[in-house]
Amino acid sequence: MAIADVNSTGGIKALGGAKLEALLGDAQGRAEIAASLVDQMAEAGASGFTGCFASPLGLAATTAAAKYNIPFAIDSGIVDAITGRGLKNVFRLFPNLSMTIGGAMPALDSINKKAGSPAKTAVVVHEDGEFGTNTAKQQAIALDAIGIKCLELLPHATPTRDFTNIALKIKALKPDLVMITNYQNEYVLLARTLVQQRVELVGTYSILGGGFNLKFAKEAPTVAEGMIDFNHWYSVKNPRSAAFRKRVEDSGNITTFEVIFGYFAIKLLADAWERAGSADKERTIEALSTSTFSDHFMPYGPTKFVNGQNTGSQAVALQIQKGDMEVIWPDAFASKSAMFPRPRG
Amino acid sequence: MEALAAALVNGLLTGGVYALVALGLTLIYGVLHIVNFAHGSLLMLGMFAAYLLATKAGVDPYLGLPLVVAFMGGVGWGLYRFVIGPVSRGEDRAILLATLGVAVVLDNLALVLFTGDTKQLETGLTFAMAEVGPLLLSVPRLISFGVSIGLAALLWAFMALTDTGRAIRAVAKEPEGAKLMGIRPERIFALAYGIGIACLGAAACLLLPIFYVSPYVGNVFVLVAFTIVVLGGMGSFPGAMVGGLLIGVIESLGGMYMGESLGPIGISAVFIAALLLRPTGLFGVKA
Repeated sequence: MAIADVNSTGGIKALGGAKLEALLGDAQGRAEIAASLVDQMAEAGASGFTGCFASPLGLAATTAAAKYNIPFAIDSGIVDAITGRGLKNVFRLFPNLSMTIGGAMPALDSINKKAGSPAKTAVVVHEDGEFGTNTAKQQAIALDAIGIKCLELLPHATPTRDFTNIALKIKALKPDLVMITNYQNEYVLLARTLVQQRVELVGTYSILGGGFNLKFAKEAPTVAEGMIDFNHWYSVKNPRSAAFRKRVEDSGNITTFEVIFGYFAIKLLADAWERAGSADKERTIEALSTSTFSDHFMPYGPTKFVNGQNTGSQAVALQIQKGDMEVIWPDAFASKSAMFPRPRG
Repeated sequence: MEALAAALVNGLLTGGVYALVALGLTLIYGVLHIVNFAHGSLLMLGMFAAYLLATKAGVDPYLGLPLVVAFMGGVGWGLYRFVIGPVSRGEDRAILLATLGVAVVLDNLALVLFTGDTKQLETGLTFAMAEVGPLLLSVPRLISFGVSIGLAALLWAFMALTDTGRAIRAVAKEPEGAKLMGIRPERIFALAYGIGIACLGAAACLLLPIFYVSPYVGNVFVLVAFTIVVLGGMGSFPGAMVGGLLIGVIESLGGMYMGESLGPIGISAVFIAALLLRPTGLFGVKA
C-alpha cells in the first residue's frame, strides 16, 4: 500500500520520479534466514530495508544490513537493543519497549485518578516465561508507585487450556484491577473466563496485550468491551486515519498494529530519499538522522531520532468501546473518554 | 472446600473433551498399531471446519456436529485410503512418517489459508452458566462433557455390538486370521482411521465454543491425548475415557494447589508413574 501510494503520487520526486520496487523475502521466523535475506537483497541492489515483525529477526537483519551500511526502517520489532547498539543505519519511527512500559503506568495513574481512584488493588496474571515474569515484577513495583497495591502475581504456563482456577483465585482476592501480561491465545481465554465466572472488576489493563486487537473486539464483543491496553495505535481523531482504515478493510484485511508499522516504515524511507535527493546510503542515513518526517497520522509529531530511535513517539491507552478500539489517553489524542470503572453486566 | 469442589468438577468437565480427543487416537493405535502424528493437525482441521460452518453459514457448532463428524470421517478415510495406505505399503514405520507428513502439510496449509491469528467464536451459550450450589459451571463445558460421554458410549456399542465393530476388533487382534474369515484388513484400516478422525470432528465442535482456533491449536491437545492413551492403556476405550477424566482432574487440582505454572507437572508425574508402575496402562493388557 505504501509503495503503491508513493509511486502513484509521482514516485521519489527528488530522484526524477523514481518508482519504488519491493523485494520480498520470508524469514520464516528464523533469525539466520532474516540475515541471509538481507545479504541476498543487498547484492540485488536494495536501497533500503524494512521488517522483520519479530524483534529477534530485526536484531539479526539490522546487523546484516549494517555490513552494507544500508538504511533500515524497523516496523514492529520493539526491543530497545535494535536501535541501541550503535548501528548508524537503523531507525525506528515507533516507541521501543522501555518507552512503552515507561508510559503505561503514568497513563493508568492518570485514567484512575481522573475517575476518582476507584482502582486501589490489582493482581497481575502473567505467562511464566522470561517476558511475562520480568514484566510482571516490574509492573508490581510500578503499581505500588502509583498507589495501587499489587495483591498477587499469578503465573500460568503457555499453553494454558483452562483459566477457571485463575478466575476463581482472582474472585477470592477481590482486586479492583487485573493486569494481563501474556500471549494472544491465553489473553483471549483468560478474558472470556473472567466474564464467565462473573469476576467483578473496575477494569483490566494490559501492556502490549497479546490478544488485544480489532479482531478480538469484533469476534468477542461481550468479553472485549471495556478492556484497556497500552499499545501502539494511530490517532483515531486524525481524519486521514479513518480513510486509511477504510482502504485496509475494503481490501478484506483488518487494521492491525503491523499494518500501520509497515506502511509508515516505508513512508519514512521514501521521505528520507526525498530529503537526501539521492539513494546514496550515507546521504540517506544522514537524512534520516535529521529527519522531521511528519506525514503520518500517529499520535506524535515530527520525528526526532536519537541513536536511531524516534524519541518523539509514544504509545497510547486504548479501550474497546462498542466493538471498536478507541484512544482514551493521552487527552490530546483521545477519541473517547475512558469507561473506568468498566461498565458491569 | 469450595475451591476443591470447583477444581474437581472443572477438571472432570475438561477431561471429558480430552477423552474424546484421546478416543480417536486410541482407536487408531488399537487397530493400526501406530501413533497418529497427524492427530493434532486433524483436530485443528475439524475446528476450522466447524468455525467456517459457524461464521460463513451461520450453523451453530453443536448443530453442525453431525456434518463436521461426517466430513472428518470422510477426510480420515480418504487420507488413509489414498495417502497413508499407499505411501506406507503396510510398513508401520512408513505409516508413522506418512502421518507426520500429513501433519506438516495440514499445518502449513492452515497457516497459508487462515494466517497464524487466533480466532474465536461467541455463541448464544458462551456466557451461559449453571449455578450449582456455590459453583458457576459453564453450560458449553457441561454440554461438551455430556456429549463426549454419550459419543464414547455410542462408539463402544458400535464396536461391541455390530458386525463392522467385530470386524475392526478382529483385524486389530489378528489381521491374518481376519483375512481368512473374508475381512479385508486394508478396508478396515481405512474405516478405523476414518472413525478415529470422526471423533476429532466431534471434539472440534465441542471445543470451539469453549476454546480458540488457530493453526497451532492441535498441539495444545495432542500431547495430553498421547498421555491419556498411555495412561489408560494403548488401544483401550475405557482407558481413554477414565484416563481423560483423570488427567482433567489432575491438571485442574494441580493448577489450583500448585499454581497454573507448576500444575501441568502433575500430568507428567502421573505419566511417568504409569510407565514405571503399570507400563500397560490402567486398562491395557500385556501383548
